[in-house]
Amino acid sequence: MNEREAPSLATHGDRDGSTTAPVAAVRSVTKRYPGVIANDGISLEFRSGEIHVLLGENGAGKSTLIGILAGMQQPDEGDILIAGQPVKIASPRASLELGIGTVFQHVLLVPSITVIENLMLGGRWWQLLTREPALKRFRELSALLGVEIDPDALVGRLSLGEQQQVEIMRALWRGEKVLILDEPTSMLTPQGVHDLGNVMKRLRDKGVAVILITHKLMEAYEFGDRISVLRLGRVVGQISPTTLAGMSEAETTDTVIRMMFGTGAEHARDAEALVGRGRQAHRSRAVDRSGLPRFSVRGLQTAATRGECPLRDVGFDLWPGEIIGIAGVDGNGQKHLADVLAGQRTAIAGRIELAGHEITRDRVPERRKHGIRYVTDERLGEGTVGAFSVATNLVLKEIGADPYWRRGLSDWPLIHEHAREQIRRNDIRTPSERTMLSNLSGGNIQKVLLARELDAEASVVVFNKPTYGLDLQNTRLAHERILASAERGLAIIVISTDLDELLEISDRIGVMFQGRLVGIVENSADVERRVGLLMTGAEAA
Amino acid sequence: MSVETEAEVGGGSVSGQVAKEIQAATVRVLVPVLLALVMGGIVLLLLGKDPLAYYGYVVKRGLFSWGGLQETFTRMAPLLLIAAGLIVAFRAGIWNLGGDGQFLLAAVITAALGPALIGLLPRALTLIACMIVSTLVAAAWSLVPAILKARYGVNEIITSLMMSFLGTSFANVLVKLFFRDPGTTVPQTRNLPVEDRLPRIFDTTIHSGVLIALAVVILVHLMMTRTAFGLKLQVVGANPGAAVHAGLNVGWLTIATFALSAGLIGLGGSVEILGVWGTVRADWNPAFGLLVVPLVFLARFNGYAVIGFTLFFSALMIGGESAARRVGVPQHYVLVLVALLLIFLALVEYLDHLRRRRLKA
Repeated sequence: MNEREAPSLATHGDRDGSTTAPVAAVRSVTKRYPGVIANDGISLEFRSGEIHVLLGENGAGKSTLIGILAGMQQPDEGDILIAGQPVKIASPRASLELGIGTVFQHVLLVPSITVIENLMLGGRWWQLLTREPALKRFRELSALLGVEIDPDALVGRLSLGEQQQVEIMRALWRGEKVLILDEPTSMLTPQGVHDLGNVMKRLRDKGVAVILITHKLMEAYEFGDRISVLRLGRVVGQISPTTLAGMSEAETTDTVIRMMFGTGAEHARDAEALVGRGRQAHRSRAVDRSGLPRFSVRGLQTAATRGECPLRDVGFDLWPGEIIGIAGVDGNGQKHLADVLAGQRTAIAGRIELAGHEITRDRVPERRKHGIRYVTDERLGEGTVGAFSVATNLVLKEIGADPYWRRGLSDWPLIHEHAREQIRRNDIRTPSERTMLSNLSGGNIQKVLLARELDAEASVVVFNKPTYGLDLQNTRLAHERILASAERGLAIIVISTDLDELLEISDRIGVMFQGRLVGIVENSADVERRVGLLMTGAEAA
Repeated sequence: MSVETEAEVGGGSVSGQVAKEIQAATVRVLVPVLLALVMGGIVLLLLGKDPLAYYGYVVKRGLFSWGGLQETFTRMAPLLLIAAGLIVAFRAGIWNLGGDGQFLLAAVITAALGPALIGLLPRALTLIACMIVSTLVAAAWSLVPAILKARYGVNEIITSLMMSFLGTSFANVLVKLFFRDPGTTVPQTRNLPVEDRLPRIFDTTIHSGVLIALAVVILVHLMMTRTAFGLKLQVVGANPGAAVHAGLNVGWLTIATFALSAGLIGLGGSVEILGVWGTVRADWNPAFGLLVVPLVFLARFNGYAVIGFTLFFSALMIGGESAARRVGVPQHYVLVLVALLLIFLALVEYLDHLRRRRLKA
């Protein structure tokens, strides 16, 4: 860190309005990945003394853009300008040396060593760890952020909010021109969010250009000086500081949602382009809700675990043939909801009923016997055993049950025959039923999961991010399977962070926010706006 | 360590591929063994001894003399039972390294129980009672690491090793304080008369415990590959997340695995006393537990393969003892060979892993 230039604690002259030249900018930046344009000619300017909010859904291109600024990816086209000069940011270190610090969504500190040791880690390997200059810089940054942290505390002992403050210090360690915060509030308590807001405002007032990436409209309004909205890799709108200052929260929300989702026709076209066909047809399917619901959930709660959002008083009803979409920003309790419905996690309060019978206390095997199925989003993490054959994975949830096991003995010929049948029927591309599952592609692994879960006895199916990581064709196939299952009279829950997907296949859409199901709306004309409001917590109870 | 799983069973239809796999497996196994032998020979050369003479004596004594061969087979019994116990645990992804404690405690219990019961019960019942009780005691000794692992996720490598040290010392204490034969000066248990021990096979010195051990290894192999219980254990071992997802009771399976593993190792201790020694001296500790670990890895947790490796290793042990005396190297020179074997095993495994990854790419 001795190679760092003298820190410019800029409190003078920098902050005379929007006339200042941008400290950093991207000009027509385009980044393509196979099959997708992540950034499509993005031009943005970041000024010192300004909190610039980048808003957008998953897949809007925010992460790619910060990846480029942080030196982790190179743009295919376009320039990055620092103080008006085009630069090439070849590595994360180069980015830091240009005074661009990035704080990523997940804490990247070493929990078992102290704060100051973590901060000294960034030096070259041949340098000695010198404590005195590090402490001096630490005190400088503490004053800048207006926080008090014991430099000798173990990082693991700090709260997540404090850890994040250390992350911010680390990001600013080599200079404080630009600070990028990638969804910094997703792991924080309300108090932590409040403190972070103060830190951001303080940094802004000291002349740092703060870039805040978020899903949450409320935060954008509360902390932002300037809001840019990204959608499908493009900047679709911007609210300048002068305009923003004159707008109420409701007006801002309206404006941003209009930018995010367009005005009806335009959005429908976007969605069509994304999934490869129109979606109007699916809405005409009327669900008969006159009878008893197939599946009822009341007042579900789960115990809090570190880093995960627990459920708070979640309830809904689901009728046969109905698809309910569960929308929401990732980390608002969706994983717990899926786990509890599948029986993998116990609820500490609440009640689950299947066709009038209580099944709250049933574990996975009993629920499976009752026809409850769960297609997990962690396909290799928990859905399958990669080292086992395709055939074994197809019966993974039946181990020990008839007809594949009789008195505890495996009937391998029958298991393999069953697998060949499923492979044929579900068009699973695999050399043989004995092939190790981890050798299959993501789309085919998903087909294995679908084949296993959507059997004849299925009655209620929970899908968690069913198309996550799949290409367009497999996405379409998965959607067709889900819709066909609903036609068969199954009751279906689809949890997804991809709102377009839910708009395409759901009958109703519920929104998770901070562990609550804050609202369920019919998938009809005005649904995007209403779901958008619920998603960002603007309408949270 | 990539383990061959259930995929290997159920009738071979793709015979060409199977033949290739077998060939690869043979290379994977023979290469480290040969390298270890060559390297061990070089070490002997450096010590100024004749490696060919050493290996010659090993083979002659361990395999090609009738007395030695009988000793070799007899030595297989405890090793096979320990291997069976380790296969169960390792396939379930549980690292039971507490084998020595479990083995020794079971041996002491057998040595205490045998002479006490033989006057009261017929011979067969005494033998069976000894084996059952010792198995249960060894299984019970594994409960602490098992419950700590199942309930709190405590790493079982540490806890089972700690319990092993405790078990070894406790066995020692049991002999000295409670089961000591007042008629001897060296602290040891009362002797089970030779005629009351496990019956010999025909006219040999090989006791029938070897047959028990062989049967157990084969049963364990079949259990792991052909039963629902075995497959459940493998799911837990291969992907605990998938086990929870599939609704398996991971905690219970962990405890059952530990108990089964420790129980089989304990049975090994019991059989060794009932078949060979008839008594336990306070300082007796053959420390077979950790010696068997590399064999089980070489066999890739395959029960049939482990029989071959145990035979090889027993011959090496029996032959090595006599060869060491004749050539004039320390008696535990065999352990040097085991260490070399482990190093080359890891090396070949690593190279194989690289090769597979290149093939995939």
